[in-house]
Order: sequence, then structure tokens, then C-alpha cells
Amino acid sequence: MKLLLVGEYKNGNVDESFYELVAFAEKLGAEAVAFFVAPTDIKPEFNGKVYVADVEKAKEYNPKVHRDLVLKIAETENPDYVVLSHSSYGWDLAPRIAFKWDAGQISEIVEVDNDGFVVPFCNAKLRRLLKPNTGKAVLTLQSGAFAPAKAGSATVETADVDTADDGLEFTGFEVVEKGGVDLTKAEIIVSAGRGVGKKENIEVVEKLAKALGGELGASRPVVDAGWLPAERQVGTTGQTVAPKLYVACGISGAIQHLAGMKKSNFIVAINKDKDAPISEVADVFVVADLLDFVPVLTEKLSS
Amino acid sequence: MNVLVCVKQVPDMESKFTVSSDGLWYDQSDLTYKINEYDEYAVEEAVRLKEKVGDVTITVLSIGPDRVKEAIRKALALGADKGAHIKDDEAHLKDPFQISTIIANYAKDKNFDIIFTGMQSEDRGSGQVGALVAEMLGMNCVTTIVGFEYADGKVNVKRELEGGIRAKVTASLPVVLTCQLGLNTVRYPTLPNIMKAKRKELKEFELSEFLNTDSKVVTLKAFVPEKKKGGIVLEGASDEIADKLIGILKEKAVI
Ligand SMILES: Cc1cc2nc3c(=O)[nH]c(=O)nc-3n(C[C@H](O)[C@H](O)[C@H](O)COP(=O)(O)OP(=O)(O)OC[C@H]3O[C@@H](n4cnc5c(N)ncnc54)[C@H](O)[C@@H]3O)c2cc1C
Ligand SMILES: Nc1ncnc2c1ncn2[C@@H]1O[C@H](COP(=O)(O)O)[C@@H](O)[C@H]1O
Repeated sequence: MKLLLVGEYKNGNVDESFYELVAFAEKLGAEAVAFFVAPTDIKPEFNGKVYVADVEKAKEYNPKVHRDLVLKIAETENPDYVVLSHSSYGWDLAPRIAFKWDAGQISEIVEVDNDGFVVPFCNAKLRRLLKPNTGKAVLTLQSGAFAPAKAGSATVETADVDTADDGLEFTGFEVVEKGGVDLTKAEIIVSAGRGVGKKENIEVVEKLAKALGGELGASRPVVDAGWLPAERQVGTTGQTVAPKLYVACGISGAIQHLAGMKKSNFIVAINKDKDAPISEVADVFVVADLLDFVPVLTEKLSS
Repeated sequence: MNVLVCVKQVPDMESKFTVSSDGLWYDQSDLTYKINEYDEYAVEEAVRLKEKVGDVTITVLSIGPDRVKEAIRKALALGADKGAHIKDDEAHLKDPFQISTIIANYAKDKNFDIIFTGMQSEDRGSGQVGALVAEMLGMNCVTTIVGFEYADGKVNVKRELEGGIRAKVTASLPVVLTCQLGLNTVRYPTLPNIMKAKRKELKEFELSEFLNTDSKVVTLKAFVPEKKKGGIVLEGASDEIADKLIGILKEKAVI
């Protein structure tokens, strides 16, 4: 079996997620070649052939060109699977490749099973075992699901392709402004999720944070709704934190939230849904309505 | 301008899920259904575009059993102009390639300038349909947008990357855009608009008109994952469990 791993080059480096793709290949016992759009002098720690398309020419975001580069290499290498991370880069590119390559796609793989690939569904409350029936397939891997494998040094070959104008023009990056709080330095974080119900109830969680001497954090919908500023968001598109104590109030535990806090030393979840996926990482799971429970807890901690 | 919004009806994710009797999906009975959250942002953005530009017709499309009409009606109440329901009691067993094929075949002769979809469905979460539809129709596509503006026949969008970074992208029409959380805040339908929505066009179509392909991925089984971490579960009266929790936190020396 042979895989074509599509790595990412970010902020001047080979992104760590690439080594998760390598680990996946090892798990399948498959031969692997890799592809990057990056500067041509990159040196991934990987024993194998790496095709590199010059980022100056192919550009960082230019999916049609990236797609055609992958297709061209796939033609030469004839892999069984093209593998990407399930990241903003990967989920954008994967279906484009799959369609032109006439292959199926399996998204967000978390495990390999003899017969196929395991993916989560329904906010990770359930799983499905899937199998491509096209022989070849495009696969994306959930970030963090496979422990990175790093070793060796790659032989680099340059790749190039002529693809006409994309109809898309990348005009620059925008960084969400950070205010005064640095959640990554906090020892205790108490986060509010959509389960708080409305903006006025943030106070309930904030008081608990104060009583514990911690910082207030938030899940994304709380930030999107304007209940708390973006600098307090924990997760893949916010901050990654690992405090001594993390208390999640009314947070279901979607993978993008877990990715930002699961390395915390001790995790307490307060949720009225006993099956909420946050239970996967919680050291203590309090099954309760947070509006009843949190004030009682705060009161006891304060006295 | 001619705009299509693809809307999927999904269960509330706070529901208790069990595996269906065929072992391939979740049991669909006794669940509360709603519009896929990401698709609500898609509907809202289309309606805002109409309010700003004026000459816009918004069609809402949903594939699924009869109950998905509720999702279409909701979108009509939010301001979409007409609905299309492609009837399929087995939509849940179709793979993203087939769902995309159905959408592309529906859309191919209708000259849509913009197709909005969600970035993913809350239940299946494959995140494939929008980009696949774009490939099938030869349209431009930008995924995971958190900002949208239409000007001079082009769209300026913000595409979300990891860690609070966004890429600004300008795309020419026709374009498929997949909508992400945070794109907008969805309005509540007003009672008069709910009444009006009942009189808006909602056409039904047979699946066979649009589906001409087999699946590329098969489901072998659906299952409940094993709980990885056997954390302590506290249940009962607030007063008691608060004491217990404080005891544990002290014992573990985290406070
Ligand atoms: C590309 C991408 C990136 C993302 N990035 C992030 C990110 O960085 N951070 C992030 O957080 N999310 C992110 N998300 C969103 C993520 O998928 C979830 O939608 C989000 O985390 C859900 O937030 P939540 O748990 O607060 O809300 P919900 O999922 O709606 O959960 C609310 C929870 O509160 C519970 N609840 C309700 N009422 C009460 C009550 N009275 N008492 C106790 N419990 C109650 C419910 O049982 C439920 O479990 C991202 C999504 C995508 C697609
Ligand atoms: N059955 C359906 N009917 C209409 N639109 C759908 C359907 N399934 C998926 N979509 C659209 O495709 C998007 C991505 O879905 P998915 O690829 O399943 O994650 C959704 O947010 C919807 O906009």
C-alpha cells in the first residue's frame, strides 16, 4: 500500500501535523511519499521522498493550483490514498482532489480498524466505521488522533504545474486582536459555554472564576454571540491552554474545544447532559444545571 | 442575483443518540430536529445580501424525508424566497459524493451566482459537500467563511484558519461559499414572516431526477464509542455534590 501525504507549511516551518500523517502511514504499514507547498529548501524529518512546490509560485492559498499539483504527483506515484490533516487547509483541499481524482473521501479519521477507518459523528457521541469502495481514496485525519512520528531526513524533489488563474485572489491575513488577558499563563481557568443560556448568566460563571482565583474562559459560541471577547476563547481557533485546573460550565466538548484544553492537569465539567462528549476528558463530571449548581459551589468556596 | 442555500435538517446534538436497527446510522425516531447550525448562518447571510443589494432571489434546497420541509419553512420565514425539497427517506445513507451530485444536478441549469452551504453538517460532519458541489459545477469555492461582502460582481470573504487568523480572499462569481460559526448572528423569524412563509413556493422533486451515481464510501457500522476516561461522576443535590467536589479538588491539591 502506498500513501501520498499532503503536509502543511506554516509560519516558516513544516507543521507538526505532518508527522501525524507519517504516523498514520506507519500504522497502516504503508509506503509513503510526501508533498508540500513550501520553500524548496525545507527539511522534514521523514525517511522518504518529498515533492516540494515553491510557495512563492504556487502561493499559500491557491487551492486550484495545490489540487493540480497533488493530482500530478498522484499520477506519477500512483498512491492508494492521499492523506491530509482535517484542518482549514486539509478540508478545503481534500474534496477538490477527491473529485478530480475520481475517488471517495473519508473525513476526520480518528482510528484505523482492520476493515476501514473510524470517524466520529453527532459531536463525537457516536462513531462510524467507513470504507472507500473506489479502491483509492482521499483521507483527512483528526488533528491529535495519531501521535506524531518523526525520524530521518527526506530527499526533496521539486514539483511544478501550470494551472490557469483560480478566480480567487488571496489579499492578506487578519489576526484577531488580543486584549490584556493571556489565558495561557493562567493556573486556573473557568470557562462558560452556550449552556449558560444568555449573556446575563456569564456572571454566574465569572463569580466562580473569581472565587477560585482563576481566569474566565469561553467556548466559541459564547464569543461569537458577543457575550465575551475573542481573547477568552479556548480551542483550535482560539487559545490552547493547559492550566492546573480547568472548569467547563455548559460546554459540550466538541473536538475543536477539546483540542484547546484537554492537556489541562485536572478537568471538571458541569453539564446537564450526562452523555456530553466533554465526559471523555473530565476528571470530575458534575451532572447538574449550572444555574443551580455553580452559585452553590461559588458560595461554599467563598465562605 | 440568483442565490441557492443548501440546508440540512439535523437533530439537536444534546439528544441521546442510539444506533439504528440497521446498524449504520443513529435511530432517527424521537429526536428533535432543527436546521444545521452552519446552514442557518448561510441562510442569514443570503438574506442580508438580499436586503443590501435588492435584486436577489434566494432558493433554499434540502434533501431528506418529509420532515425536512420544516427546515425549509424556517428558512423561508427567515427571508428566503422559495423552497425546493428533494424527497429521500434514505438521505442519511448517501455519502457526501452522492449528496453533492444531487445538489449539482439540481443547480446545473439554474445559473446560480452564489451557492451558500454550511462548512459541515452537525451530525455527519464531513465538511465535503460545498467544495464537491463547486468542483462538479466548475464554480469557485471558498470554505469556512467568517466574513462576507459583495461588491462589483465579486465577493470579499474572510476564510478562517487556526489560532485566530483569517485569510482575506476575493472571488469572482459564480462561487460556492461554506459558512462557519461567527459569520453572523441569525435573526428570529417574526410571526408575520412565519405566516408569509406558509404561502411561499415549496416545490417537491423526486430523487431519481437528480441522482445518477453510486456511493464512493460505504458505512460498515455505526457504534457507541467506549468511554476513554473513567472520571468521577457526581449527581444529586447541589449542596452535597458541591461539598464532594471541593473535597476532591482539595485532595488532588488543585485548589
Ligand atoms: C473549524 C471549526 C473551529 C472551531 N473552533 C472552536 C474553538 O476554537 N473553540 C470552541 O469552543 N469551539 C470551536 N468550534 C465550535 C465547536 O465545534 C462547537 O460548536 C462549540 O465548541 C460548542 O460550544 P459549546 O459547548 O459552548 O456549545 P454546545 O455544543 O451547544 O453545548 C452546550 C452544552 O451546555 C449544556 N447545557 C445546556 N444548558 C445547561 C445548563 N443549564 N446547565 C448545564 N449544562 C447545560 C448542554 O448539555 C451542552 O452540552 C469550532 C468549530 C469549527 C467547525
Ligand atoms: N441532505 C442535505 N440537504 C441539503 N444540504 C445538505 C445536505 N447534506 C449536506 N448539505 C449541505 O452541505 C453542507 C456540508 O455537509 P457535510 O459535507 O455533510 O458536512 C451542509 O452544511 C449543508 O449546507
